[in-house]
Amino acid sequence: MAKVLMKGNEAIAAAAIKAGCKHFFGYPITPQNELPEFMSRELPKIGGAFVQAESEVAAINMIYGAAGTGARVMTSSSSPGMALKQEGISYCAGAELPCVIVNISRGGPGLGGIQPSQADYFMTTRGGGNGDYRHPVYAPATLQEAVDLTMEAFDVADYYRTPVIVMGDGMIGQMMEPVEFKETTRRDLPVKDWATTGTEGKRKPNIINSLALDPAELEKHNFKLDARYKEMEEKEVRHEMYKVEGAEVVMVAYGTTARIVKNAIDALEKEGIRAGLIRPITLWPFPMKAFKDIPETAKALLSVEMSTGQMIDDVKIANEGKLPVHFFGRTGGMIPAPEEIMDKVKEILGGGK
Amino acid sequence: MTEKIIMAGFGGQGVMSMGQLLTYAGMIENKQVSWLPSYGPEMRGGTANCAVIVSDSPVGSPIITGDATAAIVMNLPSLVKFEQNLIPKGNLIINSSLIEEQPKRDDVTAYFIPANEIANEIGNSKVANIVMLGAYLELTKVVSVDSVIEALKKVFGPDKQHLVPLNKEALERGAAAVK
Repeated sequence: MAKVLMKGNEAIAAAAIKAGCKHFFGYPITPQNELPEFMSRELPKIGGAFVQAESEVAAINMIYGAAGTGARVMTSSSSPGMALKQEGISYCAGAELPCVIVNISRGGPGLGGIQPSQADYFMTTRGGGNGDYRHPVYAPATLQEAVDLTMEAFDVADYYRTPVIVMGDGMIGQMMEPVEFKETTRRDLPVKDWATTGTEGKRKPNIINSLALDPAELEKHNFKLDARYKEMEEKEVRHEMYKVEGAEVVMVAYGTTARIVKNAIDALEKEGIRAGLIRPITLWPFPMKAFKDIPETAKALLSVEMSTGQMIDDVKIANEGKLPVHFFGRTGGMIPAPEEIMDKVKEILGGGK
Repeated sequence: MTEKIIMAGFGGQGVMSMGQLLTYAGMIENKQVSWLPSYGPEMRGGTANCAVIVSDSPVGSPIITGDATAAIVMNLPSLVKFEQNLIPKGNLIINSSLIEEQPKRDDVTAYFIPANEIANEIGNSKVANIVMLGAYLELTKVVSVDSVIEALKKVFGPDKQHLVPLNKEALERGAAAVK
């Protein structure tokens, strides 16, 4: 199929429909509004449903209900709206309901601002809701990747019976790039025999629930979920290595920031300074193993984020105390410039060469 | 070849669609492209700008900071704000219909295009943005005029094909202004 020029928010919505998403529930918030707008226009054409809920809390609970019927469903929001959805996400995790949730994040805390930010890393990877759960988090850096990962997210959600988050920031949502909707090789997915589709008097009713008052039963459930999380950690990790070979400073950055870091790396290279990038594509599961491939030339790690330092915790865990870990970040909707990142690298190396 | 263009003006001057047209035309020519709008709580008549990158190699960051190869400014606040983003010898294309001031930088190449007057001469004040785009294309040849026309046809859709000749003329008049 030929390439088309689309806004990030629209591309994610189109990818979801391409992946078989039939129902969308959401509540407006900048900078992701083009996504529900696209859904409101396109879903009725394919016999799906678009519902503008009365709040983010209502929307995520509609997701709970619709996912329970086995349909492919999506909701989207931005940071403060995502905070409101956390209870529902925890319930979906507990009730093993597949769904895809998009966060086009913005500055916080509180209402914050509307410009791009990566300050939702903790909320998104540490479980913003209660209980012993995880969920995959995809962090695309280009719109093509946003399309591919959104389509993948629906398969992953169905395969593991889990909520999956696709997290971009305002820039990913608002920018335009050419995208292509490729036919993907689909996973072998289990039949949704757990879905509440009506018994027709032929089977026992399916019950979708996250309440388990017997601790022994709940522990069993937790262990079952944990086994799935371990399988995801084994099979679903994704990352990209960029010019890591021979690098003196290895940076770690995702999404928008990774694009800026690549510019900084290329510019540093022209000045004779070798730097590289580990780009997590899944924020959870975090690409711990990628850090085993850091060459001996590396003198330090540098986590670059649009926050005051959140992913750096995972970088430190992955590093296992081997190299000094530095941080550079802009926050509140400010976007780091390549020059600032280059200066930080030079500072780490002792004022440049 | 990597062109990094900032387009700016006030809301309604068509800076966003001018940027999208160039991006679309680049895509048609199989170049690597990105379009990044400013977004914010703006009111009608407020400022608008977008950053367009057209390149032979993959686009890294879509943000243009101090490395713009060109700036197309449609009003005075845009000139004041964005001339500093140009690289030395960068192209600064100024809508002289609305901007009487001179740029502060003397290390960039400034072009003065009376875009609104030209647009009015050809019968539609709304194509001032296309006049500016025509001037930019003549200077850089980053994409062909044919590709922009092709992009226009796709963006306009079947109902508005009658606007294509007007826009073609606007591109030509803009080009003539810098020849």
